[in-house]
Amino acid sequence: MDKLKLALYWASSCGGCDIATLAIGEKILEVAETAEIVFWPVAMDFKYKDVERMPDKRIDACLFNGAIRTSEDEHMAKMLRTKSKIMVAYGSCAYEGCIPGLANFFSLKSILERVYEETPSTDNPGKVYPQTRVQMPEGDLEIPELKNMVKTLAQTVDVDYFVPGCPPEEKTTWLALEALLNGKLPERRSVISHSSKALCEECSLVREGRKVKKFYRPYEVIPDPEKCLLEQGLLCYGVATRGGCGAMCPQAGMPCTGCYGAVEGVIDQGVHFLTALGSIIDSTDPVEIKQIVDGIVDPAGTFYRYSLPVSLFRRAKSV
Amino acid sequence: MTRFEPKIVVFLCNWCSYAGADLAGTSRIQYAPNARAIRLMCSGRVEPYFILEALHKGADGVLVLGCHPGECHYLEGNYRTVGRMALLKKVLSQFGIEKERVRLDWVSASEGARFATIVNEMTETIRTLGPFEEKDA
Ligand code: SF4
Ligand code: FES
Repeated sequence: MDKLKLALYWASSCGGCDIATLAIGEKILEVAETAEIVFWPVAMDFKYKDVERMPDKRIDACLFNGAIRTSEDEHMAKMLRTKSKIMVAYGSCAYEGCIPGLANFFSLKSILERVYEETPSTDNPGKVYPQTRVQMPEGDLEIPELKNMVKTLAQTVDVDYFVPGCPPEEKTTWLALEALLNGKLPERRSVISHSSKALCEECSLVREGRKVKKFYRPYEVIPDPEKCLLEQGLLCYGVATRGGCGAMCPQAGMPCTGCYGAVEGVIDQGVHFLTALGSIIDSTDPVEIKQIVDGIVDPAGTFYRYSLPVSLFRRAKSV
Repeated sequence: MTRFEPKIVVFLCNWCSYAGADLAGTSRIQYAPNARAIRLMCSGRVEPYFILEALHKGADGVLVLGCHPGECHYLEGNYRTVGRMALLKKVLSQFGIEKERVRLDWVSASEGARFATIVNEMTETIRTLGPFEEKDA
């Protein structure tokens, strides 16, 4: 039998997803046995031209990580889509935009101004900005163009499966790889994770139905390690986040930040979490309730940390 | 030029505010025809998602009306709404959307006139702000 032809690619990402694919440990040997890696820029020496030369649908499955932020990301997403039978949005950036997607709070112009003029460490009296093309004696040099909006993979090309996580947990990665290697795939367009329910379902911390008088940031308190963090005033996102990761963060005292994305069926993860918070405030005085929620610093950035590009209102007015 | 007539979605709780709106009608109080009423059992049933979706689908403003604090039929539904609306307004501002496009207020079953006043005020506020447009790339 022919080996499964596998491609891995990174677009606008931190590199963590590529490392996460290696976190499956010795199972990588199993992958090596049943699959042939035909493209993986981070680990092996392939060129874009090698992919270009392949006939369409030559790749059986492509694990694509990273958001679509540059013309290069877009080009590669389209090319890999054409060359692959199965396209997997691997990791939060490809799936829902993630940290790069937070750029959608600002216009591209304001981001560039901030970076190339305003930051305290910048000294740029000539207001020199990077250009996508520059002439050198050796010839023209090009760099990819930054887009005004950060997009997800599915907002760019047709996607067959989604693997959540920033980065995906080892067992989630294996769930996806195993399905690909054995050809036992779930329903098309589904999110591959061990759970479709909220993370709280698999979290062992004890909930007592306590309400809160004040919200804290993680550095402000040392939580009781046995009890639900949300009930201790920490903004634990477990109530509005898909499970499947094993709830390691809350169980280690660190509130969930929501990286597995929305619970099945929920369209806007950020506002889902906001709704849940409304139910746990310990006050019947409208003025005090407002004071308590005012204690949440940067609510939009917190609630939409991973999902701004897929939220209903995914970008701010040009500032 | 024709005057801008905003579309305003009004979520009303069954026990107080809907009855208040009904009273405005039976008392023949005139108010701006811009309101589109949606009745729910409690203001606490108004998920902020409904508000975002209303704006997304063409509303220019959204009013949420419930029982006065302490009078919610389900005891604390409207307290939840207070927290959610306060948070939602902050999020909307961060999205570059005027927070005045959403408003939470209280109307009891006997406050037909108050209902009319709030709808009129909201209509004027939104008329001044102009149509809601999603600013997208
Ligand atoms: S600590 Fe977080 S994940 Fe665990 S039960 Fe509480 S809210 Fe849910
Ligand atoms: S029943 Fe009116 S606000 Fe809850």
